[in-house]
Amino acid sequence: MSVLVYTESEQGTYKKVAFEVASYARAIADQLGTSVTAISINAEDPSLLGTYGVTRVLNVKDSKLDTFNAKSYAHVINQAAAEEGSKIVIVSSSADSKYLAPLLAIELKAGYASNVVALPTNLSPFTVKRTAFTNKAFNETSISTSIKLVGLSNNSFGIKEQATEAEVVNYAPSIPDNGVHVESVDKVTDKVTIADADIVVSGGRGLKGPENWGLIEDLAEVLGAATACSKPVSDLGWRPHGEHVGQTGKPVAANLYIAVGISGAIQHLAGINASKVKLVINTDPEAPFFKAADYGVVGDAFEVVPALIEKLKAFKAQNA
Amino acid sequence: MKILVCISHVPDTTSKINFSEGDTKFDTSGVQYIINPNDEYGLTRAIWFKEKQGATVDVVNVGGPETEPTLRKALALGADSAIRVNTPALDGYAVAEQLANVFKNGDYDLVIAGRESIDYNGGMVPGMLAGLTNANFINTCISLDIDGTNVKAIREIDGGKETVNTSLPLVIGAQKGLVEESDLRIPNMRGIMMARKKPLTIVDPIEASTETVTVKFEKPKPKGAVTLVSPDNLDELVNLLHTEAKVI
Repeated sequence: MSVLVYTESEQGTYKKVAFEVASYARAIADQLGTSVTAISINAEDPSLLGTYGVTRVLNVKDSKLDTFNAKSYAHVINQAAAEEGSKIVIVSSSADSKYLAPLLAIELKAGYASNVVALPTNLSPFTVKRTAFTNKAFNETSISTSIKLVGLSNNSFGIKEQATEAEVVNYAPSIPDNGVHVESVDKVTDKVTIADADIVVSGGRGLKGPENWGLIEDLAEVLGAATACSKPVSDLGWRPHGEHVGQTGKPVAANLYIAVGISGAIQHLAGINASKVKLVINTDPEAPFFKAADYGVVGDAFEVVPALIEKLKAFKAQNA
Repeated sequence: MKILVCISHVPDTTSKINFSEGDTKFDTSGVQYIINPNDEYGLTRAIWFKEKQGATVDVVNVGGPETEPTLRKALALGADSAIRVNTPALDGYAVAEQLANVFKNGDYDLVIAGRESIDYNGGMVPGMLAGLTNANFINTCISLDIDGTNVKAIREIDGGKETVNTSLPLVIGAQKGLVEESDLRIPNMRGIMMARKKPLTIVDPIEASTETVTVKFEKPKPKGAVTLVSPDNLDELVNLLHTEAKVI
């Protein structure tokens, strides 16, 4: 009855969230006095998962699963849970995991808690803390079903190494024909995604126009950060809506969120509330964002950002 | 084509969030309710299908009588009829079970639900509904074209998008991007008058189980004051981010 964790990979390589959910699964397993089994799909080096406390890997290699498909993946994870007799199944909060989790919950007959931010506060009844009202609050949710499905919020637990010898077992589940077929994938491959980023640099209307977006990109580049934007910026078509952060856009739970020229509407603040440290650069000292920020610079983005980029470059050169 | 749009009745995005009864209940006093924004993108696309390709659009909500003004607003925006399943929305699974029953009884081709509600953010209802009815499912849908029973859609993925093909019957999780922001409508007087005459049917719930219970709520801890750094002293900012915040 080990804890089962789905460790996502992309083109053979584990995503960062795979190591975080594995670390979380290990910590829950320690609370329960049990082991951790990972289900790994088409990853090249499953033994890597041992670094994060995984003791057993069900290693699936099947070209039918080369492209992510929620229904097929849910079916595979369900079979793995049955095989292991797992009563607790852990997934991440990536777009793919959020897609497959409700389908998996139905297959597992499991209650599902998404956006979970901490280890269970109670094991019986199984109770976890999750975010609600788009990060304006938390709620403690107890799951009453015999099997529990937990969706861990990205960057909420962190990656924790715990060297273990992982036994890798080849696993060949049945894969049903699925109803949704991928025609093409259009991914910006050379950029850090908001979901994976430790640092997010976000721009608002204070940038004055899409032609000035280079400032945001340059700052993001020096920090190895993802870029994002406020709602007006995506509504105006300066940036794609995939970069819109806020209540109706993406939530951001980064270690550092830098807001440039964003005044800080309540809907925007809700979306970034889960970020640990917030830095705001804005000309208006009365901008509401300063009340929510940890660090602030009152100044013109067109002067502050280029100067900050130079300072960061110098810092990096010194600390390389 | 018969379309069902699931409507969540949620606090306005500007609402201050408070709790009552020892932090076990959401405090509704002074809160304005709206159509869940993700549902509104879906409803707008459904009305587009109705106007451009011919479709009927029903809206449905699982909840008490207090949600009816929200359903009337959906009717004023152009839906043909509304259904209220007369039971409180206790958890995502119970709601999905009620909606699955409406879906099956109504013989719908397409069900649109927001990818998540902005109150509980569970993000589970559309997927569970698809799982319970064995319909095809596309989440985080940002483009949807339908020709007969053939569907071409685009969904947002982390760091990009993906184009998929599928067929009806289908459930989609709608979100921003499915329609242009400028296509969202505000009900006009004619729409509001017509909405009064459109059918709003109250149906009894089926027996459904819950799987999760909210034990209590908690607000984030208040944070300290901002540390302001002069634009002329960005070395200090870099130093603070490195030594104090430890984020670079």
